[in-house]
Amino acid sequence: MKDKKKLTRMLLVGLLIILACAWIYPIVMILINSLKLESAISTNTTFDMVNGETYAGLENYSKAFSSFGFMQSLGYSLFITVTSVAAIIILCSMCAWYITRVHSKLNSFLYYLFVFSMVVPFQMVMFTLSQTADMLKLNNPFNLWIIYLGFGAGLAVFMFAGFVKSIPLEIEEAALIDGCTPLQTFFKVVVPILKPTMVSVAILQAMWVWNDYLLPTLVLDITKYKTIPMLIQYFRGSYGQVEMGPMMASIMLTIIPVVIVYIFGQKHIIKGVAAGAVKG
Amino acid sequence: MQRTYKKYGWMFVLPTLIAFTIGFIIPFIEGLYLSFCQFTTVGNAVFNGFSNYIAAFTDASFLRSAGFTVLVAAVNVILINVLAFALALALTQKLKGTNFFRTVFFMPNLIGGIVLGYIWQILINCVLALVGQPLLKLNATAGYWGIIILMCWQQIGYMMIIYIAGLQNVPDDLVEAAKIDGATDWQILWKIKIPMMMPSITICVFLTLTNSFKLFDQNLALTNGDPNHMTDMLALNIYQTFYARAGKAWKGIGQAKAVIFSIVVVLISFWQLKTTRSKEVQQ
Repeated sequence: MKDKKKLTRMLLVGLLIILACAWIYPIVMILINSLKLESAISTNTTFDMVNGETYAGLENYSKAFSSFGFMQSLGYSLFITVTSVAAIIILCSMCAWYITRVHSKLNSFLYYLFVFSMVVPFQMVMFTLSQTADMLKLNNPFNLWIIYLGFGAGLAVFMFAGFVKSIPLEIEEAALIDGCTPLQTFFKVVVPILKPTMVSVAILQAMWVWNDYLLPTLVLDITKYKTIPMLIQYFRGSYGQVEMGPMMASIMLTIIPVVIVYIFGQKHIIKGVAAGAVKG
Repeated sequence: MQRTYKKYGWMFVLPTLIAFTIGFIIPFIEGLYLSFCQFTTVGNAVFNGFSNYIAAFTDASFLRSAGFTVLVAAVNVILINVLAFALALALTQKLKGTNFFRTVFFMPNLIGGIVLGYIWQILINCVLALVGQPLLKLNATAGYWGIIILMCWQQIGYMMIIYIAGLQNVPDDLVEAAKIDGATDWQILWKIKIPMMMPSITICVFLTLTNSFKLFDQNLALTNGDPNHMTDMLALNIYQTFYARAGKAWKGIGQAKAVIFSIVVVLISFWQLKTTRSKEVQQ
């Protein structure tokens, strides 16, 4: 009986190892191809291992760095993600706290409006949003966080509101009696309690903003500014004329920073995702 | 307390509300209005009643992409949830390397849809070339299954995380009591674990369903609708109606399609939440 149980556990681990390989393989494949010479990359030989004859060293990577405007796009993507996420976690937590704490018809209407905006597909507003952004001069990477704040507010307010409800009122009452203004109460008393939720929201929003393709494509002036997903899609569009080697290298370059962040922060990321879902 | 807070209300709500107005409320209302107009920019809209809606419903490509979306969503929801649940069960058995597996399965979620679509296009095309089948550009069946495989690969890890959290919340004493009463593992799964996990199931089905309906990036990068718009999903069809068709009628029709699409997504979401919520048990 015990041996049988041990055997099934081993089989299960074996199966999981095979699955894990299948999960990693697509990325390893791109890595292998990014090291090949241009002439060695074709549809039929994608699965071939790189060897002495086809090895190109890091040439593809240096090309990707120099000719694709890669660094500039990386900078834009980083800037947009950091500003948007910072704005969302600070301003949306304030908003969510207020509309949960102060009961009025207007506040509960606002809450349902935020929840509604979470479900509505982006296609509904994409054209009018890009026109509004043009009109208000929000069509550059430096102001794009305002759009992300507006469009990301739904999920963020929803998650923060869910958590604020579980904070006991007495703590805040004590702070008010001790002479705190509501702003002080919020930043000195509520924010420390909200911290885990802030991490969750920050992770979910960062994953969304960093990888978002359609919104920046429609809102930004594509001739001047490209984020990383826009850059990849832009060069893919000229399929055939574009060199595949540097292309694969730039895909790797977009994946590597994300994977590094993931390896160091995986505990928080996985916890954040799980916590985010439970709140829903 | 409420009164003290109220004086400062504008400080807390206004920044988000202004951005929300710019980013959602104005575009939404404008979009609703424009679906009844003929226009090429917001400035030159001319009211034309329901003709955009009539054109949308008689547009064969719209109906076809709707059918395709439903087919993708149905298979996605079932496959992703069943497999993610199975993985979550396997990873809560205290096996060796559990942490490593969890890390690996979740990883694709961090990579954007455009990059994922591109990676899988390269991979699938190579497989197709090796078995002598037409490439994705000419092969709608491969495109369909490609989208499904890609979505499974990306989303199983995410749902697995949620299911693991749910499984860890099932009280041990319930499982123990059932074991003492002589229940088999299979009975424990169906009679205790699954009913106790309905909140997780609700959320995962909701996420997979809405993600499948709203799918855009992966569709654009993997097949771009090839061959001949056979693999267009709704979001891509609407995008193309706006930006890829010449003629001043199309933007209005695209906006009408977007309104129909939104209504469908909102209705399905709320219907799904209601039906699975009703199956949740009180803890």
